[in-house]
Amino acid sequence: MRSRIFPLIATFIVFAVLYLIGWQRFPAFGTTRVIANFLTDKSFLGIAAVGMTFVIIAGGIDLSVGSVVAFTGVFCALAIGSLGMHPVIAFAVVLVIGATFGASMGAVIHYFKIPAFIVTLAGMFLARGGAFVLSQESIPIEHPFFADVSSLYYLFPDRGRLSVIAVLFLITLFVGIILAHFTRFGRNVYALGGNSTAALLLGVPVGRTTISVYMLSSVLATLAGIVYTLYTRSGYPRAAIGLELDAIAAVVIGGTLLTGGVGFVAGTFVGVAIQGVIQTYITFDGTLNSWWTKIVIGLLLFFFIALQKFLTSYRGNFFVLRRRRAAVAPAEGTS
Amino acid sequence: MPLIPALALIKAQGFRGWEYGQEVIDRSAALTESQENRLPLLQTQKLTKIFGNTHALASVDFNLYAGEIHALLGENGAGKSTLIKLITGVYRKDGGTILLEGKPIEPQSPRDAQTYGISAVYQEINLVPTLSVAENIFLGRQPTRFGFIDMRRVNAQAKALLQTYHLDIDVTRTLSTYSVAIQQIIAIARGVSMSAKVLILDEPTASLDAREVQMLFEVMRSLTARGLGIILITHFLDQVYQISDRITVLRNGEKVSEHLTRELPKRQLISDMLGREFAEIAEAGETATATMSEGAFLHAHGIARKGMLHPFDLNIAKGEIVGLAGLLGSGRTEAAQLLFGIYRSDGGEMMVKGKTITLKSPRDAVRQGFAMCPEDRKVEGIIPELSVRENIIVALQAKQGWFKYLPYAKQEAIAQEMIAALRIVTPDSSSPVSELSGGNQQKVILARWLASQPEFLILDEPTRGIDVGAHAEIINIIKRLCSEGLALLVISSELSEVVDYSNRVVVMRDRQKLTELTGDDINETTVMHAIAEK
Amino acid sequence: MVNTKTSFETETPVSRGNLQRMLRNSRKLLFPLAALILILIGNWLISPNFFNVRIVDGRMLGSIVDIFNRGAPTVILAVGMTLVIATKGIDLSVGAVIAICGAVAAVLIDQTELSPFIVIAISIGAGVLCGLWNGVLVAVFDIQPFIATLILMVVGRGIAQLITAGQIAIFNNPTLEFVGKGVVLGLPFPIILSALVLILVYLMVRRTAIGLLIESVGSNDRASYYAGIDARAIKLFVYVISGVCAAIAGLIITADIRGADANNAGLWLELDAVLAVVIGGTLLTGGRFYLGLSVIGALIIQSIQTGIFVSGLPPTFNLIVQAVVILLILFLQSEEFRRPFTRLFMRMRKQS
Repeated sequence: MRSRIFPLIATFIVFAVLYLIGWQRFPAFGTTRVIANFLTDKSFLGIAAVGMTFVIIAGGIDLSVGSVVAFTGVFCALAIGSLGMHPVIAFAVVLVIGATFGASMGAVIHYFKIPAFIVTLAGMFLARGGAFVLSQESIPIEHPFFADVSSLYYLFPDRGRLSVIAVLFLITLFVGIILAHFTRFGRNVYALGGNSTAALLLGVPVGRTTISVYMLSSVLATLAGIVYTLYTRSGYPRAAIGLELDAIAAVVIGGTLLTGGVGFVAGTFVGVAIQGVIQTYITFDGTLNSWWTKIVIGLLLFFFIALQKFLTSYRGNFFVLRRRRAAVAPAEGTS
Repeated sequence: MPLIPALALIKAQGFRGWEYGQEVIDRSAALTESQENRLPLLQTQKLTKIFGNTHALASVDFNLYAGEIHALLGENGAGKSTLIKLITGVYRKDGGTILLEGKPIEPQSPRDAQTYGISAVYQEINLVPTLSVAENIFLGRQPTRFGFIDMRRVNAQAKALLQTYHLDIDVTRTLSTYSVAIQQIIAIARGVSMSAKVLILDEPTASLDAREVQMLFEVMRSLTARGLGIILITHFLDQVYQISDRITVLRNGEKVSEHLTRELPKRQLISDMLGREFAEIAEAGETATATMSEGAFLHAHGIARKGMLHPFDLNIAKGEIVGLAGLLGSGRTEAAQLLFGIYRSDGGEMMVKGKTITLKSPRDAVRQGFAMCPEDRKVEGIIPELSVRENIIVALQAKQGWFKYLPYAKQEAIAQEMIAALRIVTPDSSSPVSELSGGNQQKVILARWLASQPEFLILDEPTRGIDVGAHAEIINIIKRLCSEGLALLVISSELSEVVDYSNRVVVMRDRQKLTELTGDDINETTVMHAIAEK
Repeated sequence: MVNTKTSFETETPVSRGNLQRMLRNSRKLLFPLAALILILIGNWLISPNFFNVRIVDGRMLGSIVDIFNRGAPTVILAVGMTLVIATKGIDLSVGAVIAICGAVAAVLIDQTELSPFIVIAISIGAGVLCGLWNGVLVAVFDIQPFIATLILMVVGRGIAQLITAGQIAIFNNPTLEFVGKGVVLGLPFPIILSALVLILVYLMVRRTAIGLLIESVGSNDRASYYAGIDARAIKLFVYVISGVCAAIAGLIITADIRGADANNAGLWLELDAVLAVVIGGTLLTGGRFYLGLSVIGALIIQSIQTGIFVSGLPPTFNLIVQAVVILLILFLQSEEFRRPFTRLFMRMRKQS
């Protein structure tokens, strides 16, 4: 068995069990309505989580995604509402801003050798602060484009609606999978996270890859912000607080190793789905505090981090080569 | 020759990178011909590298001929890895030239060196453990179709490539699931397939078993048959004689000798490495003057750890110096680490003053009155941000616990006393220890352990990499400590030193104790014989 | 002559070493202190009555008092965070721990008959538990600190919500309110409390060996292990202290608004605390730490916020200004960033 898939199998089992529990109690779990709603509700989280998957596989972290979503929303709302831009143009502009933002964070991380979590923490402040400076209130967006988009959907036989943003999520997911597994960039990301020194020696352009990864994450966070705007038809500077944590949880639960090098974009989808199932269950139940979602996700996060720790340190043939480590002769000194 | 059909197959598939030496050189002929007539494949002339004020490499001439396996030997600090790092572009040289096929080159980075045709495979294999075997071989140069990686071709080509090394494995599996030997061959395959003139193998057999070593040697021989030159660094002398054609010995950054392997007897090799002539050492030097007293302090029986050390016995009394001799990789450092609780022993038992003890960590060892100056001063010894004073008192403080804080005045008194006694050269006791020279840092670590008032002190290479003056002082300190009733275990590559101060010498090889010399038997000749002979 | 049995009773002149140590530290002190003074002067320029202190009903009022009062939770968090960062760690969960401990206190005081002192003790106990959780993950399971504390950061607010049942738990108890609103000798009680925490923690680490051992572990944990230091216990200790500090900060915040808001109590305060420590010169790579300078760092942050407030700028600029400050400081600490400037400086010096 390929042991790197083991966490992913655990994820699938957790998902299946949760889903079956839900289905058993609420038969509606099986309808396309619930499934389509989940895809729509979780689309912005899912899109951001795809970007986060790349960052974590590369051995980094991006804490700025929630703030980028909020900034995107406020920016679009103002550009459309006050400047009279067409939404598509506003989206294009904000995507460019997002890409620049992410690339700058990546460059600071790579060139100044500052830990990623601190740089993206500053990025989180900056983006959230930017959103607050633009507006402190929620700005509603009135534009026919938004109505057009939300009237566009595919209707399943049992009245489930596959919305445009759900489709955007699925496309992002698909592109993410292709990018991760079938392009040189994707494999370079894996190599970087697996062993950055070796990656450099094997000819991976480390700087370019690092910058690209953070750019990708910010672009996808911006796209998540656009989806969020389409979903809520407003821009709100306090939107998506803590989204980065949900995204990290989805990635880790989805079988991606927090230390980098191993991970699956498809697994992240399951991680998002698990969050969706928990939330749907709690909503259906009606008596449970919605904060149970956070607690259950936190516990799953702990469970999967513990699982990763166990697999990486106690299984001889997993990622740490114990044999190699145990048998080292004293290293050549400062000769 | 299974190589050729597979090669043709790979070439047919458009796989590039096999542009190694065109003609296959007749190896035996190459070696018997007078070498001076042939142009070396790789040559260094008066190559020099200076760190601070020490010559890590001083004017070294090194010659590698096509089709030969050239062993580069020497103890720690001899300059082997400096030489390799200069050739592979990790360091920049401070003098001399590097010639590849007669043309001077200046590699700027390992990648740059690779484009010249020089690749290196290190003991800590520089591959990505989490990627598949095939991906590791083709990372950065995967065959693509419409911009997407063609995984089928990546896998097929990787499989075909490895088959030329008689390696028929599932190339889609994660690299780390394979043994170190196979990973090593994969790394070699990658390096050779990218550029193939010079291959450097740094301790490739350190963690291989006998069968795997033979597998690797076969690969090496088939590569030299293709005309590659291989530089081999290893501390297994038997393997050197088994595989290598030529030997260069370095010592203290200088080239000691270069011989064809078959012309260099093993005893001569060891004396080259250790810097002593067998003949020169006429009779035993004065044996240590210390007096044995008070019976055994430590009695260790059968301590061992899988992959590190075979069962090992040691008795040591207060006021006694036991020298631990053996070459690099003989298990001498590992023995010290087990004795000090850094690694837990798999079996055996230890008794201190007649009472059985178990060591789970160095902390337990310190409580028993043990102390150890580790070999790697930078990583295991100094605490760089703390001052000289704090570095000196930290072990004593750790021994006393969190709440019995040594008042500043007392810390200062200890530090001043140690600075004076060991003649530590420092502006003052509050200077960061990282600003001191190597020898003084070594003394600070020694001071740290003396301040903890130990009864048993282990010194692992206490005189490595420090200047001559400090060297003599540390030897004197060792002798004095012994006369004050400490039990000392000293590991050193400097045989003359070991012979000088030891009451007993334990000789190690291949991770086990070979013999123990006492009294008049202790002289450099006997020790060297013990190391060399089976 | 080395005598390992010496009792080290000889008195050596220590005044010289002390003086040098003070000089060394004072150079470190210069940058944050100058920054604080500059920001305060800036505030004074914006609002000329910045330094005025009035006494109303035996209570000091004024912007400068306000900085110390509002900054008290950050100061307390920064004290705990300093120790954590000195071991090469980080504690991202302090904001969530504030919410938990605040919720525990508010709910217990409102719904039970327990004495407020017992409630405070239980709340601090909750902080100890949170710190132990983090500490075990870091020290025993050997999980990267920022990931280990991320778990509690995610779960913590959920737990706080559960404790308050999703409401903002409001209470009415003069003793507990005193923690946030009380006045002692004319000074708001949070100021006294933060000073007490600083002094207590300072004594605890600098009058025992703990401080030295923390610095040793943070500087080189392998060498520390070889020297016989119990690095695991040290790490556990610093996370527990951080948890306790967060609990105290949580009590102040809860008492101040007379209620526990699980959503917003202590939101982003972990970032303020990390920033304060970094401004104070304690490196994220561990090693030497400076409690006093971290406190100055926390006051700098509060002065910026108060300055933005008195200047009439919308408080929304807080985040941006903080982000810029944190980036500037990180750049200044980064060798890679400084290198071109150092080279330029050297070249200029050579030419002149």
